[in-house]
Amino acid sequence: MPLDQEDQQIIENRIGREINQVEEELFANLWSEHCAYRSSQSELKKFQTTGKNVQIGPGDDAGVIELPNGKKIALAIESHNHPSYVDPYNGAATGVGGIVRDILSMGARPIALLDPLRFGDLEKQKNRYLFDGVVSGISDYGNSIGVPTVGGDVEFNTCYNGNPLVNVFCVGLVENLLTAESKEPGNKLVLLGSSTGRDGLGGADFASSELDDESETEDRHSVQIGDPFTEKLLIECVLEMAKNDLIQSCRDLGAAGFGGASSELCSIGDKGARIELGQLHTREKDMNALELLLAESQERMLLEVKEQDIEKLEEVAKKYDLPCSIVGELIAEKKYEVYFNDRKVIDLPVDLLTEGAPLYDRKAKNPDRSKEPATNSAPISKSLLSLVSNPDLGSKKYIYQQYDHEVQIRTVIRPGEADAALLRLGENGLALSAGSNSYYGYLDPYRGGELAVYNNAMNLATVGSEAIGMVDCLNFASPQDEEIYWEFKNTVSGMSDMARKLNIPVVGGNVSLYNESQEKNTKVNPTPNVGMVGWLPKLEEAPSLQFKENQDIYLLGETKKRLGGSQYYKKIHDHTGGRVPKPTTQDLEIYEKTIKIVRENEVVFSKNITKGGLGVSLARTALNAGYGMKINLNSISRIGEMKKDELLFSENAGRVLLITDEEIDLGDKGERIGRLISKNSLEIKLDKTKNEWSLNELKKKNDVLKRNM
Amino acid sequence: MTKIGIIQYPSSNCGYDTQKVLEEEIGVKADLIWYKEKDKVFEYDGLVLPGGFSYGDYLRAGAIAAHAPISKNIKRLAKEGKPILGICNGFQVLTELKLLPGALMTNKTPKFLCKHVNLRVESTDSFYTNKFEEGEVISLPIAHKEGNYYIREKNLFEIEKNNRIPFKYSGPDGEISSKTNPNGSTANIAATFDKTKNVLGMMPHPERASEEVLKNTDGKRILEGMVEEAQRT
Repeated sequence: MPLDQEDQQIIENRIGREINQVEEELFANLWSEHCAYRSSQSELKKFQTTGKNVQIGPGDDAGVIELPNGKKIALAIESHNHPSYVDPYNGAATGVGGIVRDILSMGARPIALLDPLRFGDLEKQKNRYLFDGVVSGISDYGNSIGVPTVGGDVEFNTCYNGNPLVNVFCVGLVENLLTAESKEPGNKLVLLGSSTGRDGLGGADFASSELDDESETEDRHSVQIGDPFTEKLLIECVLEMAKNDLIQSCRDLGAAGFGGASSELCSIGDKGARIELGQLHTREKDMNALELLLAESQERMLLEVKEQDIEKLEEVAKKYDLPCSIVGELIAEKKYEVYFNDRKVIDLPVDLLTEGAPLYDRKAKNPDRSKEPATNSAPISKSLLSLVSNPDLGSKKYIYQQYDHEVQIRTVIRPGEADAALLRLGENGLALSAGSNSYYGYLDPYRGGELAVYNNAMNLATVGSEAIGMVDCLNFASPQDEEIYWEFKNTVSGMSDMARKLNIPVVGGNVSLYNESQEKNTKVNPTPNVGMVGWLPKLEEAPSLQFKENQDIYLLGETKKRLGGSQYYKKIHDHTGGRVPKPTTQDLEIYEKTIKIVRENEVVFSKNITKGGLGVSLARTALNAGYGMKINLNSISRIGEMKKDELLFSENAGRVLLITDEEIDLGDKGERIGRLISKNSLEIKLDKTKNEWSLNELKKKNDVLKRNM
Repeated sequence: MTKIGIIQYPSSNCGYDTQKVLEEEIGVKADLIWYKEKDKVFEYDGLVLPGGFSYGDYLRAGAIAAHAPISKNIKRLAKEGKPILGICNGFQVLTELKLLPGALMTNKTPKFLCKHVNLRVESTDSFYTNKFEEGEVISLPIAHKEGNYYIREKNLFEIEKNNRIPFKYSGPDGEISSKTNPNGSTANIAATFDKTKNVLGMMPHPERASEEVLKNTDGKRILEGMVEEAQRT
């Protein structure tokens, strides 16, 4: 894609000459939406990015938070949507590789991955192919580098036909903190890791345009190929170099390859650089300046190294059999100068490259989507079976069994066991949750944004943890469409407001726009995936997960009619409309209360009630526990008149299911609704009638992914 | 002082985990040995080849590692009768080194599989397994894509006769059938000994099941048995 005419004019006015072809391509990539956030930056300013515990906020490769025990963690999230459509296996694999290097470049050892994924409907063979390829790609790459994949979420929805979403959230434990802030003129720039080839050319530019029916063949060269073996060596090598204090600053090579990383490193530390492209170690012959500058070959890191440390650095690289080359040096003047074969091919002010892109002033228009509820009612017996057998609510075992979720032996609560994963850090617990619900955002982006933050925080609360930091991955269609931009603005407002209310700093994120397919005529729903971490001071206060007969079941929080964006409307009535759940002040109290209850009582298990409402939550909990349930819902707190289906499938926020080993007092905030039984069935008493489902049948229905793949 | 060496091929992943468990849970000195320090192995009283993806598992799982110079020395140590435990990728390396019979192929469902499985203890007359009862059912996690153990019928007969199969994949009550076989292994075999029973290769991960906090300590008994033997010799 050539550089926009207006942009070219701005650049040429500033530097007082015409730009050459190499410079033009570099600008086309660095001024792309993907790198420069031109449509989104003004909105992202809404986020509260600071806090007592925030060490490094947005802008570096990853955010860094200090934990109450004094240790630091790095967190980052990325999308790899377009590459994953063109080549699902390699697209997803390199998505993992990229985010892991973002964490690594903070001097942190990656300790957990979580992947929010979105695909079109599973009935279509193409979507099954994409799903299978993406999961295999994540599995092969994440497993090979020895980083556990402990969570994520997945949704199957026609709006993702032709444009699946692959987001990856990574958390690392800082060993020796590094940043991308360049330090000292005269220091050398060293490129470490894989050699540079012609793969992944112009990926940033590619990520900033819509997909069409030619994409699969024409854009294949823009997809990188991953090599997890080299990545694993790179992890150990960089951490050893950092430990020996050999690295002054560091940046991962991601979007826009070497050109991107080197100019950004200069920019963050207010320096310039003089670079000799001919020094890059390559895997292909006769590469030209443009290719060397922009190839997105994987598993490479750019390091700033003091001249006297070069020898020691090379020794460590040799230990790990990783090639490295000195490719230039920092200069005081904020100029980005690149030479190739004794010819100066780039001579530009650094700030123009990295911060000069003018922001777009996008128009926003409310699409005014329906708030009308569905008019019909469906029998609850069949509805529950049908809900648990749809892929969104089905068991995710098919996915997480392909991920090594136990390597590094920190995983105390594993995928499938609760709403959040729990890692041990010594005596403490670190809880992790990621995802969102796009059905809400489509109807009401503001609420969708609020709920994405709220529900991830609630997931952490169910394992006794308080949210202490988050990152976000905002996936939207083209911002040039006024309705989409309206979605974007409102989603960010909702997220930002909720994050402030819950006192969670937003320390980083990623924006992925143009997620739409001309071929399938689809635009993705607003999909604000959140990656969130929570703190549990005492590991032994986590839910025990030791289920036994006769344990009590409690419901915390009030049930009210909120079916907009619900699974029940979508899957049973094929209805888009209704009132989306609105998290209230009372729901914020439920968050606090959940943390307190889990920590202070003998809680066996607790669940945040969201998708599919109380009915589906009870069914999935029974399957998880391996016990039947005897439930009576006649006396539960509810607001206003509600029909049976509304009561069972409403998705209002602020409700938690608790299973305990002792009697607990919820005051007026909730009540005991039943107990675990040895009989293999789920019995729910509602308005004098008893409804019963066999666990075997529920299980069979719930194994929907395994059945379809 | 007794010392256990943990071999680090490039891209061995479970070395740190094994080291942590050996040092903190069992209380023995354990060092990581980078594969280039090939003569260092002789300083140790026992070796663990940990799980991971040595050399990226390129070509075939464990195949390239078996040709690394350090592996020759591992073979020598095995001949001297030192305890050598290969876990997951380590098991694959040991079969490629021909220290153990058979081979590990891609799972019958050709996907990576991470889950906890039941194992029936088949043989207790070794230092690795003498803390178990024969027929006891234990639980250990597996995490592999190439764990489908294959052995020729003639050799199967030989290792069965000589009690060289310590663990078989089973159901919760010890039943052994194709239903309780997670990966298609011949005769549900999850682990094998060499002739002397100093060398053990196993697909399940004992180091992931050696701490109360992880809710499973069945693996610790295997590692303890090995360490006690290392201390004896």
